[in-house]
Amino acid sequence: MRIIVVGCGKVGETITEQLIKEGHDISVVDNDPDVVEDITNNLDVLGVVGNGASHEVLLEAGLEQADLLIAVTDQDELNLLCCLIGKKAGGCRTIARVRNPVYNKEIDVIKEELGLSLTINPEFAAAREMSRILRLPSAIKVDTFAKGRVELLKVRLPEGSVLDGCPLMEINARTRSEVLVCAVERGDEVIIPNGRFVLAAGDKISIVASADNGRIFFSRIGVDMHRVRNCLIVGGGTIAYYLAMMLEKAGIAVTIIEKDKERCEELSELLENTVIICGDATDKKILIEEGLPTADSFVTLTGIDEANIFMSLYARSCSKAKLITKVNRINFDEIMGAFDLDTIIHPKKITAEIIVTYVRAVQNSMGSNIETLYDIIEDKVEAMEFIMRGDTKATGIPLAQLPTRDNVLIACISRGRQIIIPNGQTVIQEGDSVIVVTTQQGVQDFSDLLK
Amino acid sequence: MNYGIIRYIQGVVLEFEALFLLLPCLVAAVYGDKEGLVYLAVAVGCGLLGYLINRKKPESKAYYATEGLITVAISWIVLSVFGAIPFVITREIPSFTDALFETVSGFTTTGASILSSVEDLSHASLFWRSFTHWIGGMGVIVFILAIMPMTGGYNMHLMRAESPGPSVGKLVPKMRDSAKILYLIYLGLTVVEIVLLAITGMPLFDAITISFGSAGTGGFAVRNSGMADYSLLMQTIIAIFILMFGINFNFYFFLLGKHKKDAFRMTEVRCYGLIVLVSVILITSNIYRFHYYPTVRRCLHEALFQVASIITTTGFASADFNLWPNLSKEILVILMFIGACAGSTGGGFKVSRVVILAKTVKREIGHFIHPRSVRAIKMDGKATDPEMVKGVGTYLATYMVVLLISVLLVGLFETTDLETNFTAVAATYNNIGPGLSLVGPVANYGFLSIPTKYVLIFDMLAGRLELYPMLMLFVPAAWKRK
Repeated sequence: MRIIVVGCGKVGETITEQLIKEGHDISVVDNDPDVVEDITNNLDVLGVVGNGASHEVLLEAGLEQADLLIAVTDQDELNLLCCLIGKKAGGCRTIARVRNPVYNKEIDVIKEELGLSLTINPEFAAAREMSRILRLPSAIKVDTFAKGRVELLKVRLPEGSVLDGCPLMEINARTRSEVLVCAVERGDEVIIPNGRFVLAAGDKISIVASADNGRIFFSRIGVDMHRVRNCLIVGGGTIAYYLAMMLEKAGIAVTIIEKDKERCEELSELLENTVIICGDATDKKILIEEGLPTADSFVTLTGIDEANIFMSLYARSCSKAKLITKVNRINFDEIMGAFDLDTIIHPKKITAEIIVTYVRAVQNSMGSNIETLYDIIEDKVEAMEFIMRGDTKATGIPLAQLPTRDNVLIACISRGRQIIIPNGQTVIQEGDSVIVVTTQQGVQDFSDLLK
Repeated sequence: MNYGIIRYIQGVVLEFEALFLLLPCLVAAVYGDKEGLVYLAVAVGCGLLGYLINRKKPESKAYYATEGLITVAISWIVLSVFGAIPFVITREIPSFTDALFETVSGFTTTGASILSSVEDLSHASLFWRSFTHWIGGMGVIVFILAIMPMTGGYNMHLMRAESPGPSVGKLVPKMRDSAKILYLIYLGLTVVEIVLLAITGMPLFDAITISFGSAGTGGFAVRNSGMADYSLLMQTIIAIFILMFGINFNFYFFLLGKHKKDAFRMTEVRCYGLIVLVSVILITSNIYRFHYYPTVRRCLHEALFQVASIITTTGFASADFNLWPNLSKEILVILMFIGACAGSTGGGFKVSRVVILAKTVKREIGHFIHPRSVRAIKMDGKATDPEMVKGVGTYLATYMVVLLISVLLVGLFETTDLETNFTAVAATYNNIGPGLSLVGPVANYGFLSIPTKYVLIFDMLAGRLELYPMLMLFVPAAWKRK
C-alpha cells in the first residue's frame, strides 16, 4: 500500500519502521529537515520537508496514489486538518492522532464528521493497556486473539515453581490445564521451544491459552492470581488521568502523586475517588508514607524515563507491588529486561501497534490475510492470527505433516466457539482462525510460513 | 567498517558481471567469433568466484554511509579488473594496464581509448566495450538494486554513493522501485535510439553499440573514423539523444507522470538548455567566421554535435575540434568542466552544482551591497538545504585539489606539453574521452606511460563516482573495525 505518514516523531518513526518491514511504500512528511534527513538515511522511505496540512506538500508526498494517510504530529488540530485534506483532496483513508482529552470526549463525533477511518489517542491506549495488565497483574503482557477468546500471556516463572525443570511435553499433565508455551526468553536468548525443552525458574515464558485456562495455569504454577486492590501512581499526566478513571470504574483504590500544585487541583476536579497527593515522588519518604511497601501495584508515569526506572527499581527493593514503568524515549530493552521491572510500557509502541493492526486489516481486504499481529519479544518474535479463507495448502493435513519453515509454531486454533491447542494430529480446516508464533520477518500470508 | 557485508556485495557484483559477460558471448555466437569462448570462460569464472564469496552471509547488518562509499568504490574496481581480463586473454589488448584503462574508461563512460585501431577488435570485444558504457552510465549498483530484493536501509547509502549530483532523491518511496523506473526510462530511450538509427540505415551492430555509447554518455566508437562515416542525419540523431541522456532523469519521470509542467520548471534542465544554446551559437559563428565549413548549416551541425558530445561528457568525435579556432576550443574546455545534469548518465562537475555556486556568488556579492540581507538559494522554486550548498563548496575544493594533483603527477611522468597533460586529466576526470593536442579526438591515450595511465584510471573512477567513494579508500579511519 502507498502510505503517507505526517509527523516523524517517536510514534511516526516507530510506525514507519514497522510498515516498511511489512513491505509498504511510505512517504514521510515533517517540518524539520533534520528529522526527515535522519529517517530517509535509515529507512527506505521518501522524505518530504514541509507542512503536512499543505495540499502541495501532500501532493509531493504522493497523495494522488496514496491509500492511507496517518497524521501523528504533536498537534491535534494539525493532524485533523491533514486528514481532512487527505480525505477530501486525495480520497484516501485517514488515521489521526488526537490526544487532547477535550476532543477525546467527543471523538466519535469528530471521527464521523471528518470522515476519519481511525483516531488514536496514545495516552488513552497506554492507559487501557495498563489497566488490562493490572487486572491480571501476574502477567507481564496480555494480548488477545480471536476477538478476546484466546489470550497470549507473558509471565516470569517464579522460584520454586512446579515447572522449574519441567520439559514442555509434560506441562499440561503437571498443571492439569491446556496451554501452549510458544516462546521462552532466557537471559538474552529467545527460544521457540519444542517438546523436549526444559524450563527453569526465571524464564519469561509466553503462553497461548483460552481465557479460563490461562487463569487455571497461573494458579497451578504458583503465580499469584489476585487482581490488584489498590494502585499507587507517580506522575499526574494525561495517562495517569485516564488510568485512574479506568481503575476507579473497576473499583480499585487509586493514589496519584504529582509535583505540580495546579495539576493536582485539576486532577482533583476531574477524578471522583482518587487520592491526589501533591509532592515529589523521588523523595523516598513520600513513597513510604503513601504506602508503597504494602501497595498492590505501583505505576510510574512521570515524563522522565530515568526517574520512572529508578523509582520502579526502588519499589522492587522495598515492596511486592506489581510494577508498571512508562518509558517514552529510552530504547535499551535488553538492559531493562535484566532489571526485573515486570512491565515496561512504551506508549509509542502501543500506538504504532494499533495503527499497524488497522493497516493489516485494510490490507486484508486487499489480499494479505493477517488478522492481528503482536510483537511478543521486541523485534524478534511475533504472534500473528490468520483466518484460513478458501483453499490453502495448509488445510486438510495433520500439522505433523505440514512443511512449515524453521521457527514457526502453530500455537492455537480457534474454530467457531471452540479453542484448540493443537498437537501433531490436529488438522486445520477452512474458516479456522490460526495463531502462529514465529521469528520469521515480513510475513504477509500463511503460505509465507510454509517451505 | 563492516567487512562481511562489503565482501558479500562484491560476490553479488561478480555474479552480475558474469551475467553481463554472457552478452558478448551471444554476439560472438552470431558473428562466429572464437573470442566468445574467452568471454564465456571469464563469465563462468566470475560467477563461480561470486558464488564462493557470497555463500557465507554477513554476520552483522550494520551498514552506514562509510560502508556505502567503500562498497561502491571497491565494486567499481572489481568490475573493471574482471571486465579487463577478456581483452588480455584474447590478446586484443595484451597489456593488463591498457586493458584495465580501456575497461575503466568503459564503465566510467569516459570513452578514452588506448587503441589506435578499434576495427581490429572482434565483434564480441567491441560489443563488450560499448556495453560497459551502458551499464556504467546508470550504474551497476543501481542495476543490482533494481533487480535484487535487498532489504534493510542500506540500499539508500549505496544508491547515494553511486548516483551523481549534489542531492540524491528518490522518485517513489521504495529504492528498488526508483531504481527500476530509472532503468526502464534508460532502456526505453536506448531502444528508441537503436530503432531510429537502424531505420536511417546504420548497420544494426553499429546502431546498438553506438546507442549504448550515447546512452551511457560514454564515447567508444566502433570505427576508426569515429562518427565521420555516418550520415549527417544519423549524427544529428546521435547528438539529440546524447543531449537527452545528459538531462536529469527526474525530467522524464515528471514527463511520464501527471505533472508534466514540473518537468520544464526544473532549474537545472533550463540552465542546461541555455548553456547548450549559447555554446552552439558562439561556436557556430566562430567556426563559420574562419570558414571551417562551407555552409552555416554544416557549421551549426558540427557545433551542435561537439557541444552535445562534450557537455554530456560523451566524447564522440565527428570532427577534429583540435583544429578549430581557440575561442571554440576554450568554450569546449569550459563545457568539459561543467558537465551534464545531476541524475543523468553524464559526468563532469554537474550543471546543478554550477547553478548553486553561481547563485551563492550572487548572494555573497549582494551581501556587500546589503550587509544584512538574508537570501535563500532556490532550485526549482524551493529553498535548498544550506548544508547542501556548503557541500557543493566543499565538493568544488576537493574537485580542484584532485585535479591539480593529477595534473602535477602527469607532468611528473610525461614529457608532453601542458595542453596535453591538462586536457588528458580534464577529459578523463570529467569522463569525456578526447582532450586536446596529443590526446585530441583523432589521437589516443596509448602512448602514455604506465604510471600516468594509473593516475588517469583513478581520475576516471573518482570523476564517475564523484570523488568521495574513491577518496574514502585512502582514509585509514574508514577501515577500522567497529
